[in-house]
Amino acid sequence: MGGPLDTVAGLARQLAAREVSSVEVTRAALDRIAALDHALNAFVNVDGDGALAAAAAADAARARGGAGPLAGVPIAHKDVLMTAGLPTTCASRMLATFVAPYDAHVVARLKDAGTVLVGKTNMDEFAMGSSNENSHFGAVRNPWQPACVPGGSSGGSAAAVAARLVPAATGTDTGGSIRQPASYTGVTGLKPTYGRCSRYGLVAFASSLDTPGVFARTAEDCALLLGAMAGPDARDSTSVDRPVDDYAGSLAARPADPSRPLAGLRVGLPAEFFGDGVDGEVARAVDAAVGELRRLGAQTVDVALPRVGLSVPVYYVIAPAEASSNLSRFDGVRYGHRAAEYRDLADMYRRTRAEGFGAEVRRRILIGTYVLSHGYYDAYYLKAQKVRRLIADDFRAAFGRCDVIAGPTAPTAAFRLGDKADDPVQMYLNDIFTIGANLAGLPAMSIPCGFTGDGRPIGLQLHAPAFAEARLLTVAHRFQQATDWHARAPALPPA
Amino acid sequence: MDWEVVIGLETHAQLSTVSKIFSGASTAFGAAPNTQACAVDIALPGVLPVVNRGAVERAIRFGLAVGATINPVSVFARKNYFYPDLPKGYQISQYEVPVVQGGGVDIQSPARGPLRVRLTRAHLEEDAGKSLHEDYHGMTGIDLNRAGTPLLEIVTEPDMRSAAEAVAYAKALHALVRWIGICDGNMQEGSFRCDANVSVRRPGAPLGTRCEVKNLNSFRFLEQAIDFEVRRQVALLEDGRSVVQETRLYDPERGQTRSMRSKEDAQDYRYFPDPDLPPLAIDEAWIARVRAAMPELPDAMRERLERDYRLPAYDAAMLTQSREMAAYFEDAVRAFSGEPKTVANWMLGEVSAALNKAEIEIAAAPVGSTALAALLRQVEAGAISHKQARAMFDEMWSNVSVQLTGLSLEAAVGRLSAIIEEKGLRQISDEGAIEKLVDDVLAAHPSIVAEFRAGKEKAFNALVGKAMAATKGKANPAQVNAILRRRLGA
Repeated sequence: MGGPLDTVAGLARQLAAREVSSVEVTRAALDRIAALDHALNAFVNVDGDGALAAAAAADAARARGGAGPLAGVPIAHKDVLMTAGLPTTCASRMLATFVAPYDAHVVARLKDAGTVLVGKTNMDEFAMGSSNENSHFGAVRNPWQPACVPGGSSGGSAAAVAARLVPAATGTDTGGSIRQPASYTGVTGLKPTYGRCSRYGLVAFASSLDTPGVFARTAEDCALLLGAMAGPDARDSTSVDRPVDDYAGSLAARPADPSRPLAGLRVGLPAEFFGDGVDGEVARAVDAAVGELRRLGAQTVDVALPRVGLSVPVYYVIAPAEASSNLSRFDGVRYGHRAAEYRDLADMYRRTRAEGFGAEVRRRILIGTYVLSHGYYDAYYLKAQKVRRLIADDFRAAFGRCDVIAGPTAPTAAFRLGDKADDPVQMYLNDIFTIGANLAGLPAMSIPCGFTGDGRPIGLQLHAPAFAEARLLTVAHRFQQATDWHARAPALPPA
Repeated sequence: MDWEVVIGLETHAQLSTVSKIFSGASTAFGAAPNTQACAVDIALPGVLPVVNRGAVERAIRFGLAVGATINPVSVFARKNYFYPDLPKGYQISQYEVPVVQGGGVDIQSPARGPLRVRLTRAHLEEDAGKSLHEDYHGMTGIDLNRAGTPLLEIVTEPDMRSAAEAVAYAKALHALVRWIGICDGNMQEGSFRCDANVSVRRPGAPLGTRCEVKNLNSFRFLEQAIDFEVRRQVALLEDGRSVVQETRLYDPERGQTRSMRSKEDAQDYRYFPDPDLPPLAIDEAWIARVRAAMPELPDAMRERLERDYRLPAYDAAMLTQSREMAAYFEDAVRAFSGEPKTVANWMLGEVSAALNKAEIEIAAAPVGSTALAALLRQVEAGAISHKQARAMFDEMWSNVSVQLTGLSLEAAVGRLSAIIEEKGLRQISDEGAIEKLVDDVLAAHPSIVAEFRAGKEKAFNALVGKAMAATKGKANPAQVNAILRRRLGA
């Protein structure tokens, strides 16, 4: 049937065939959000009227014959992306009442493709977190097990897609913030190459790492959305002026030998991703997924990423350093929260920022300020940048011997709310397998590949060389054609 | 025992781009507050900077003009500090690797003659907004129109030894940035402002502790502030006390500098490369394009004027004070097609005096180069005396009905002839007429003639004066002179 229970590709087909209207599909999504989201808290803002108006416009465009490929498909945006006329809060008290005056580049591109925005999703405040517990609007629940976190920072988008509230949602990935929640919620998450999608309108956390990307149920859907989002943008000097591949076309191409669609593909298995730190159930599911890739014709090769183990400390120097500067603009002067009472200018800054930012954001601003300080810059920031280059070199060397790199997305499946909230280091170690792709700027995905005994999803992570998204998506698609992990849904009431 | 003064200057030159250094908003001065600040300038969440290539191009032009190295790769960094008129909480500036490195500016020191002030570097950065403390009843207004305006900060080595040298350097730099068209040089509007690093020492001793005096937006304030600062530091040292390194502000009302913040209060700006901006790459081809479009530089032009027009060094130097002045000169010489020195004399005399009196730039002079050339042609042709020409020039300058603006040379010459005729200014150059005039004067003043014959040379001038007076100054004085001498057999 139509509605949010179907995939983007399925909906697009039905909408194109006029089997359903966008208004029907959008209303179904809004109804499902109304029915289920009070328990999940995946959305911080739902724009029902705007969504229905956009859906009606998409239907009208379709009737005129001028509709884009994604016309009428309802989606959600992570609340770190600016959406004109709608609140854009970054799940922070600082921006709790801020209404965006413009659209982020990727938001505008998806709007141009005809998607219908139903609302903005919850997240860790300013995208800082791995559990979505750091939100001014409260934690998000994992649709598979409400006692567990959905991962973070894009936890709301992951939960919304997993719970079939929307078929797809955007996310941003600075240190695994798309892939880890995708893994925890059993959905497909894509972090493109740094520079492939413009950051314009993405409220900056760590500028050299922030990457807009997508959540959907399938690699095929991710391909459709990336095709609409990707491309150079003159307003982002770090976006790369390079033609966008035909991702959907790559997936549709018929393999020479349909029984062995991955024949000729070399899958690199870094020893560093298969060590002691990985939970047993996760390791078994990932091993089985690698076995499936072999069965599909791929050849596995051992590769080494000897310095990837330094990813977490390097990341927790560079990301807070950039954040400490990026978040300086939230000073209470021009917009956002301002303390009600203050003695003088310095006091206004102090109170505004102490009140406006949550504990994790304050912690990272402090760390970042410290590592950039006179006398510490060389020892921390400069050293971290050097190690970052070495980690990127490791990936480059590994890709000399293989086409994609596989491993677990996270060391464990979703943990329980509150379990790691008091131990930032344990929380940070959750990102050990995902941060490398951010430091090296590489595209990577998480795709569902199994469950723990108690029913929590497990994700397989795939990395590809820069701008090889078509290859990455194709491998994921072949895997999903042969498996049904991605098609499983949490036990929620049907729409 | 003497003290030696050591000065280095940091100058902020606002680059003359139409739009800002990292956004498309206008840089025009004087608009209503916050009407020229776009999303990037007010630092909305999610916005990103994009470098204005026009600002980079101007920096390259400057580097080439001062013989500096243009770094093939330079880096924009963030200078982090909180202030209400700094929207992002950081200023984008170049820190470790500036776009321009080295080079120098030649000046004439009143005490030491010609010398070269070496430049350390020149780097691109953005200006902040303005905090307006008046008119808001105890509150502060913020105007972000200026936020993001492109600046080139030009830093010298500590090569100057007096306030006069600092002023000579600042004037030379001011003339240069205007000459190459990268800055309008408007000091009232803050387009060109200096900070001075001042210290004193015993000759031969290591550098003394310096103070930085901020925000000197006129040459006079620059000179006064340095002089005050030198007196203050010398007084401290001679009193057995020491100079504290600090930033000081010049108060033009009192003619004094006062402490702003000491070194201990100095902020930690936590510079780091801006991750939003890739390193600024400038290839040889870009530099070559800028070089090809460079105007002739003042020093080269000064030498050429001396050589090609046989001008004294002083005249050539004065005529190359600005590109407009030099262009006026060359245009006038071409139209006049007489002796270039004549044009130079007029420009450094009548024209300069009139400009100073009216306090306007030569580009706005009511008497253009063509009109001046037409006037000089009339003098050269003997149609008008030099004295009459000066009066005519004043008339052309101030009387709209006599202005020759926009006329071709031929038309201007024709119109001027008509005016001379109309006003009865035409010079009497007819040989016969002057002979008769001289004979009449001799006949009318036998006593003066007698005095002359008795050896009183001054009596000759009296006779010339009588002849001129008889024609109301219209007789050609050279001819009167010659004929009088002939008649007197002198």
